[in-house]
Amino acid sequence: MLQFLARRLALAVPTLILASMIIFALQQLLPGDTATALSGEERDPEVIAFIRDKYHLDRPLPVRYGYWAAGVLGGDLGESIRLQKSVSELVAEKLPVTLELACLAMLVALAIGVPMGILSAVRRGTWADTLANGVALWGLSIPNFWLGILMILLFSVQLGWLPASGYVPPSESLWENLKAMAMPAFVLGNAISAVMMRHTRAAMLGVLGSDYVRTARAKGVSPLRLVLRHALPNAAIPIITLGALEFGQLLSGAVLTEQIFSVPGFGKLMVDAVFNRDFATVQGVVICTAATYVGLNLAADVLAAAVNPKLRRA
Amino acid sequence: MAAEMGGAPLLEVRDLAVAFDTDGGAVHAVNGVSYALREGETLGIVGESGSGKSVHVLAMLGLIPRPPGRITGGQVLFQGRDLLSLPEKALRRVRGGEIGFVFQDPMSSLNPGMTVAAQIIEPLRIHLGLDRRAARARARELLDLVRIPNAAGRLDQYPHEFSGGQRQRVMIAVGIACRPKILIADEATTALDVTVQAEIVALVQDLKREIGMAIIWITHDLGVVAGISDTVQVMYAGRILERGPVDDIFADPRSAYTLGLLRSLPDLTRGRAGRGRLRQIEGAPPDMRVPPPGDPFAPRNAYATARCRSEMPPLVQAKGAAPGHLVAAWYDLPEILSDEAERAR
Amino acid sequence: MSGIDRDGAALLPSPTVVEGRRVPLPREPGTLRAFWRRLRARRSAVVGLVIVVGLVLMAVFAAWIAPYDPTETDWGAVRAAPSLAHPFGGDEVGRDVLARIVYGARASLGAGLVSVALAVSLGLPLGLVAGYAGGWVDGAIMRLTDALLAIPFLILAIALAAFLGPSLTNAMVAIGLSATSTFVRLTRAQVQALAAEEFVEAARSVGNPPWRIALVHILPNIVPAILVQATLTIAAAIIAEASLSFLGLGQQPPEPSWGAMLNVAKNFLDQAPWMAIWPGLSIFLAVLGFNLFGDGLRDALDPRGRT
Repeated sequence: MLQFLARRLALAVPTLILASMIIFALQQLLPGDTATALSGEERDPEVIAFIRDKYHLDRPLPVRYGYWAAGVLGGDLGESIRLQKSVSELVAEKLPVTLELACLAMLVALAIGVPMGILSAVRRGTWADTLANGVALWGLSIPNFWLGILMILLFSVQLGWLPASGYVPPSESLWENLKAMAMPAFVLGNAISAVMMRHTRAAMLGVLGSDYVRTARAKGVSPLRLVLRHALPNAAIPIITLGALEFGQLLSGAVLTEQIFSVPGFGKLMVDAVFNRDFATVQGVVICTAATYVGLNLAADVLAAAVNPKLRRA
Repeated sequence: MAAEMGGAPLLEVRDLAVAFDTDGGAVHAVNGVSYALREGETLGIVGESGSGKSVHVLAMLGLIPRPPGRITGGQVLFQGRDLLSLPEKALRRVRGGEIGFVFQDPMSSLNPGMTVAAQIIEPLRIHLGLDRRAARARARELLDLVRIPNAAGRLDQYPHEFSGGQRQRVMIAVGIACRPKILIADEATTALDVTVQAEIVALVQDLKREIGMAIIWITHDLGVVAGISDTVQVMYAGRILERGPVDDIFADPRSAYTLGLLRSLPDLTRGRAGRGRLRQIEGAPPDMRVPPPGDPFAPRNAYATARCRSEMPPLVQAKGAAPGHLVAAWYDLPEILSDEAERAR
Repeated sequence: MSGIDRDGAALLPSPTVVEGRRVPLPREPGTLRAFWRRLRARRSAVVGLVIVVGLVLMAVFAAWIAPYDPTETDWGAVRAAPSLAHPFGGDEVGRDVLARIVYGARASLGAGLVSVALAVSLGLPLGLVAGYAGGWVDGAIMRLTDALLAIPFLILAIALAAFLGPSLTNAMVAIGLSATSTFVRLTRAQVQALAAEEFVEAARSVGNPPWRIALVHILPNIVPAILVQATLTIAAAIIAEASLSFLGLGQQPPEPSWGAMLNVAKNFLDQAPWMAIWPGLSIFLAVLGFNLFGDGLRDALDPRGRT
């Protein structure tokens, strides 16, 4: 188990370092003088000089990366020139909002996708299977920003049940918070639920066709117990691992969802930063996303290992 | 058949037929199989892949996936009840309770995510209604019974912590947990080393004596059958081609297919079929989407007559053979063989 | 051991039971014809193909189909409800929504095709090299794709588009680069699986140079898998282009793009909901079409399993 963890960690670290290099290198894509470009709207020579100094722009690229990476490791993601705030501060402020949204969305995705996947695998080839697959394809194909708009049209404009936008921190009012998050979470979770349904179905089909499920049936095990006790735990490993990969999708989707529902999270921070040419913030958000994503995958592997008796004892 | 031997049959299969629906049309895997099994009898069913030997026993207990599998006809009377018309719930009480199973691959046939104890306890709780503690105590006894050393210490281990042979012992423990009337062993030793095979066969024979159950031993290996069976039944293309007392089948085969199987056995020392060169049966089994109209083995059979190719021979008492020795053949194998020997001289 | 696949027949518990099917199926003389027959047999795949072909025709013949110039403004048609003159209504500056939908197909399909072409043309050679060369080359390429995959697809595309500057071309580049890793991985996995096959073994043993084995013996065999992935990635790329345009990082006004139209429409939901319905529906249909077609393609090319 420890060895397995060490191996996974040994893979994750270089991945993150390389990802950070790519993100850092994005700066080079900026047209014209980097310092001027980084300063965004500002044309104040003092600011430009500050940036030139801050990013060591007079030094060669690898050295600049070194400074930057050292800063990132120390929690310094740079300064948002426009907002006059450190990027770390901004991220720390917005990240919890997005995490709440992502977790709620994942909950929605699991609550819809897993039972639907189990049902369609168990009832393979029947109308229930066809229906579940149809719903999944629908969910995969509907762009979530459009779904968001349609939901606003229905629930906010027509029915007036839910707020179209805005965010209430849970510390203020949990009920209002959930009301505001309901639509964004559903919209964000919708596409993932389709993916989870497909993963669950595939994993369950694999397990249901296995020899040990036949053994269980030969023992006279009831269908419900067959699915819940024999099949599902063994199907859980791929579901968990593949589900974690979907978190990336969730973070991507959050950018759009937050934009539609004006949820002041990570994604909104990024989009606003993009438009204000606040590149340090963009970089900061991207690197945090990558770190979150890699971390989640690592966590999923650990979880999967914990479920798998072969790895648990190793 | 069993009636001829005296005693009411424990299991009687009547004209069982099974098909699988595929994109290329229905595959007729089992085509009218009939036989009976007495209490305490060990029946060896021999055949190659595709003979329907496994499918028909799985089908009679509702263990083939449906769809694509389909039972297209017949009856299976177990202690007087027709298993095929039993509702699923009642059938579940038979499976694992009165009829136990041991499957081929002990690696994949045990649930990798459950402890051995949990897997043995399951049928005990379902069929005997034991509480958790009693079931666990019984599971320990069962592991002792199948001769797994330090049974108590191994209950909470997972299948991957057992060797192949030990896993098959665990499978057997699961199969006999409820002291079934019949134990069905489907290629139970195929995946194992030769020495382990012999141990497992010996174990099953001991258990049979102890529990007094009947056994259906399904295999492609005539050698194993010789050592364990009372009766041997040879299947090909979903039909029974020959059936009879084990010694008679080996000494006096009446189906060209049985003869072919015997001749492909390496170190068979008894019976006249064993003499001569080791031979392989030429050709491949027929396409079971369009079963041949006559004897399915006819296309591969050098002794086949015109009638063999057009008309399926019935399974009847073989002329001059021991009582209960049945064969489905239009040709007379002993006659052909003695002619052959004549000419060779 | 247990064979699971999509065409029912093989959902059998173990090989001993599958036996009955172990008969060699009669080989179709033309494999392409056989493939076409299998594809046609799947109704959803045909529906997908019809949608895709319809959209492509619409994009190509936009000038003939669209009733108006997509950028022409008509102050009388500002946020006009659907009518005979403007069947899909008018937008916030009185442009015909139908005309913009028709022309918008160009941005969507174009972005889908161009970005995926870019991703394939980068990913395929890299994957071939990684899979066939192995060693440190493989290691380096894989770490790079791992790193790229660590940044979620759309986030990477947004970041790239942000630094490159907002335009449809840059959006295509950003989407293409972001999708490249998928093709590297797929190609590599396929190559590795094939390299162990006997016919490749045989080709190697008679002294074929590595590049020849990779191009002549391996490449043709991985085309089906790449094709399926490409079709499904086009669907993802269309969503990505619409997303970038929705955020304002893709097609720039006044040129029409479905995503950009939705972006504007969301500000007029209560007054002109039709502005939001049509572009969204178009994106949905396009994505659905490619997804259906891709799924069907996969089943028809490889009846035994998932790619």
